[in-house]
Amino acid sequence: MPDKIDLLEPLEPERYELREAPTYEFTLSRREFVEVAGAGLLITVTGSVARAQPGAAGRSGGTLESRLHIGEDGTVTILTGKVEVGQGSRTELAMAAAEEMRIAPERVRVVMADTDLVPNDGLTAGSRTTPSTVPAVRAAAATARELLENLRRTAKSAATYTDLARSSELAAAYKQTPGGAAVTPVKDWQVLGRPRYRIDGREIVTGAHQFPSDIQRQGMLYGSVLRAPSYGATLAAVDPGAAAKAADAVAVREGNFVGCVAPTSYASRKGLEAIAATARWETKEHPSSAKLFAHLKETASKPGGASRAPRIQSKGSIEDGLGESKHRLRAEYRVPFIQHAPMEPRAAVAEWADGRLTVWTGTQNPFGVRDQLVQAFHLTPEKVRVIVPDSGGGFGGKHTGETAIEAARLAKEAGRPVSLRWTRAEEFMWAYFRPAGLFEIEAGVDANGLIHAWDFSNYNAGTAAIESPYRSANARTRFLYCDSPLREGSYRGIAATANNFARECFIDELALAASADPLEFRLANLDDTRMRDVLLAASKQFNWRERGAKRTPRVGRGIACGTEKGSYVAACAEVEVDVNSGQPHVRDFVMAFECGAILNPANLRMQVEGSIIQGLGGALTEAIEFENGQLKNGSFAKYRVPRFRDVPPFEVVLVNRPDLPPAGAGETPIIAVAPAIANAAFDATGERSRSMPVRVKA
Amino acid sequence: MSAALKTTFRFAVNGRARIIKTEGDRPLLEVLREDLGLTGTKYGCGEGQCRACTVLLDGKAVTSCLTPVSAAAGKKVVTIEGLATDGKLHPVQEAFAAEGAIQCGYCVPGMILTTAALLEKNARPTDRQIVDALNGNLCRCSGYPRILVAVRRAVEMRGAADAGQD
Repeated sequence: MPDKIDLLEPLEPERYELREAPTYEFTLSRREFVEVAGAGLLITVTGSVARAQPGAAGRSGGTLESRLHIGEDGTVTILTGKVEVGQGSRTELAMAAAEEMRIAPERVRVVMADTDLVPNDGLTAGSRTTPSTVPAVRAAAATARELLENLRRTAKSAATYTDLARSSELAAAYKQTPGGAAVTPVKDWQVLGRPRYRIDGREIVTGAHQFPSDIQRQGMLYGSVLRAPSYGATLAAVDPGAAAKAADAVAVREGNFVGCVAPTSYASRKGLEAIAATARWETKEHPSSAKLFAHLKETASKPGGASRAPRIQSKGSIEDGLGESKHRLRAEYRVPFIQHAPMEPRAAVAEWADGRLTVWTGTQNPFGVRDQLVQAFHLTPEKVRVIVPDSGGGFGGKHTGETAIEAARLAKEAGRPVSLRWTRAEEFMWAYFRPAGLFEIEAGVDANGLIHAWDFSNYNAGTAAIESPYRSANARTRFLYCDSPLREGSYRGIAATANNFARECFIDELALAASADPLEFRLANLDDTRMRDVLLAASKQFNWRERGAKRTPRVGRGIACGTEKGSYVAACAEVEVDVNSGQPHVRDFVMAFECGAILNPANLRMQVEGSIIQGLGGALTEAIEFENGQLKNGSFAKYRVPRFRDVPPFEVVLVNRPDLPPAGAGETPIIAVAPAIANAAFDATGERSRSMPVRVKA
Repeated sequence: MSAALKTTFRFAVNGRARIIKTEGDRPLLEVLREDLGLTGTKYGCGEGQCRACTVLLDGKAVTSCLTPVSAAAGKKVVTIEGLATDGKLHPVQEAFAAEGAIQCGYCVPGMILTTAALLEKNARPTDRQIVDALNGNLCRCSGYPRILVAVRRAVEMRGAADAGQD
């Protein structure tokens, strides 16, 4: 039997797959795969498959990525560097393989995010699992099916996948599989396109599933790390020896890193408290949230300035466009920092054995964290293994490896495995935040109610969905880098939420200036039929026109739409504004969402529902407040996230487009929530809230 | 090292008698997880605000992060691992799995135990009563709508089981 078969010709990639063009190569492995599944058939996909972000590393291609294994006992294993944090990737990938192999999804084992075993699929971010990893898995699985069919023809028997994995005629079967097999057309789907809940639901409801914070190893100790009392504070003096006096704990110090380990979390905490009592800190001035937006503006990048140059895109002439417009408006919008606050705070268990470091941790970036460990401990990549058990939420908040590094440092000193689990307070203060942003927008509308000039400047919030989907002959879009007072990073939908909030509220202002209905104004200025379709679907379900006719004091309706990461969303909200607090309460909400062909309608619906309700937090209650380098609301008691009672009446309309490739769906729905509510609050009161969370005078 | 005061506590966990010698002010959550290996009970906030750590203490849903182990002495503790009997899932567990009321799943044990306690007191809760009972349990995936569907199903399943016994 050959060890390896080379592909005769690469696939011609379809246009939309240019970034992820899969070509194939087949290997039969009887060695390296033993640890996972034993001997059998290993199908690898070559190339820049399944990187998290378009345009990121991975264009080089050429590496072999093991994607699918069929064991000699018939076990089917899918391998992916993606992680499961509640977005449904594990089930979706099992479904994708099952579809192409014509087997039950329950038969498919999905090995995720173990850097010793799986290909590097980059970050689990940017809604890339669906458009990148699913095609790779489907291609590998379709190849397995075609190999099986060829074997059946060659052997003239009803061979099974078990037979295929054991077959000595595999080479012959392969020769009839030119250039990779075709995947199943949407119209013939038996598994994909049908609702399916999490395949490992039983492990979850019984408490059997081990999240990263649940991993327990023989002889394991519990760690804790000394944190500065405020941002920017530096450690002037400390007595780590205090730990041992206070508890059965051992201190670790290296430079600014101070921590301790003990047989229980309790003793570790006591030890750390004793150390903290001896610590002297030098504090540093830190901008407060009250002065946040002035700070961003002061530190913003200027063309030719010392800081990073702004990113600018423009066409036509803003000056001429504004001059030629009948209505001209400008406004400033603000979006605060918010925290992800996943249910499971950062956690890692680190174990050094035989010169190798293994870390179980909750991260959306397994290979990135491996590389961070390699760097932190001066190791080679082969000496580090990162394993990401399905984790308790991410929302873009777990791209970094600080907890893994801290646990590994403690474990190295202790000579035993160490579990480090951040407290909720640490997670609030020291995890990175969704960036705050300041927006300056100026636009002009002509006599026909068409946007003629569009000038949009974004300070700090980020560039996702920064480009306006609305037609305008004259347009300028600027992103200005600023000095952020807080550590910032990704978030569900990240900058798209902020950009879309500012834009979609301002579009409402323009519609009002042009005396146009907000829906009609949008339709008149949009060319993209997918955006128009979701607007029409949402407004129809909401009875937009009929509701506009009836007026109730302090009750209003609002609409918003948006596109990002290849999917489209529109939302209509009806709110009643509370007289005392000025907070809008959602009385009704309709969202229409379209992300191409729907892979799993049950999971998609949950992602959209989750986005709506999580989005209510940013829209109505969430904003990080800080002063003197400390958080003023860094706890669930003070930082109000949506709870059961906050769930409003709502409807979700899933627009299926079987003619379009599936796009990711975990993020984009969130971007329409806040602007629809802010626009409804304006309709209710005539007061415009230009900040999140939305507040108006009733 | 200081001699932290350790006391012996006896209580039943998931029907099994346990004797633990430890500091009395240790959170029950940590004793369950670290001494007894019952990691199904989750830490979420340590201040009783998220109820991921919910366990049943003599049938009542409590936040084990705020319950010192001393308060469990002489009592019966049920964790998510002890809810199924003889390999058969509790109706609330079955309903959560069947209705797919799981995104990341980290809040699910607490949700299930809070629901189980509710249904012991009130076999046929209204939606309003369900929402009120679960309002203290956070789900950051915000899967509340599916959880409500699951709880309704658990109510029906229990009703059907009771009817079957008549």
